[in-house]
Amino acid sequence: MKIGILVSEGPFTHQASDSAYQFVKAALEKGHEIFRVFFYNDGVNNGTRLTVPPQDERNIQSNWTELAEKHNLDLVVCIAAAQRRGILDENEAKRQGKDADNIAPGFRISGLGQLIETGIESDRLVVFGD
Amino acid sequence: MSEQEQEFSGSDVQKKFLYLNRRAPYGTIYALESLEVVLIGAAFDQDVSLAFLDDGVYQLLKGQDTKAIGMKNFSPTYRALGDYEVTKLYVEKESLEERGLSIDDLMEITYEDEDDDWAEKPSIQLVNRSEFAAIMAAQDVILSF
Amino acid sequence: MSVLHTVNKSPFEKAAFESCLKHTGPGDAVLLIEDGVYAAVKGTAVADRIAGGNGAVSLYALGPDLAARGITESAVIETVKVVDYGGFVDLITEYDVSQAWL
Repeated sequence: MKIGILVSEGPFTHQASDSAYQFVKAALEKGHEIFRVFFYNDGVNNGTRLTVPPQDERNIQSNWTELAEKHNLDLVVCIAAAQRRGILDENEAKRQGKDADNIAPGFRISGLGQLIETGIESDRLVVFGD
Repeated sequence: MSEQEQEFSGSDVQKKFLYLNRRAPYGTIYALESLEVVLIGAAFDQDVSLAFLDDGVYQLLKGQDTKAIGMKNFSPTYRALGDYEVTKLYVEKESLEERGLSIDDLMEITYEDEDDDWAEKPSIQLVNRSEFAAIMAAQDVILSF
Repeated sequence: MSVLHTVNKSPFEKAAFESCLKHTGPGDAVLLIEDGVYAAVKGTAVADRIAGGNGAVSLYALGPDLAARGITESAVIETVKVVDYGGFVDLITEYDVSQAWL
């Protein structure tokens, strides 16, 4: 089956992103296709490469990045939510006149239409939030 | 908003989307960002409805005035939903009653029915709690915020 | 058409669990995840809400979340089936649509 995922909380404060990650891994192991993982609300904070959690903790961002590389996942951060919260890619940083970007490898920034498309194209959409 | 809008060149699949709102405005951003999804989603020609239950009914209260908290009052946007062809707003009767409210406490939200000589009709439909399970079961996608 | 409801809040902190139960239809299922799994424990003030259910709704709890919180399977109400993440995925595919009671 084709499954879409919405993650609407950031890393660490809530379990939502961890739950989504475990769910996606299990779905892939069962041979399902993950159409897209869309990060919205504070969920966009999963997509910064600047997090430095303690060595003995999981690194949620790099977990996603590695999973995306391994399975060619489409990890999309909502542009409107990302701009509010300071998640930028190179183009956006330039466009907004900011001196740095912070998007993590494997993530891309795009519009909310990508969430609607996920709903249309996927057989199931699963929401992880708080 | 237009620069965020994505042209979707996919199939002509039409799905039933339900946006389920259970949270009050301002204390958290969920109500506002849910509304932003609805507005973008309206461009996709899907069968869209919104549900307001639990604290979600507070989103539709009349007379919101945010000046003194320094936040944007986005409540007028609900009244513009008809222009986006979002015309089905289900409000749970019991959620209103539990909060000492009735439909008279909510904003008047209307749309013009193109199939009925553009007659102005109310977008808000009061729904009993017992009817909500069937509304959810009829959906293809439920986005909850 | 039937709905898989997920609840991720403790029933002692938030109304999500109670609200979920009031909105389930026959043939639906409820999956307790994250802090929602506390609702699956025997002998609590809300245990009757599950044990006294009409049986029309199937109940599940996510095992990894139970284990993380120190809840053994023997402490879980008998009518609640414990599943792992793979079981979560299976439930998502078995039911037509899912609703997250956030």
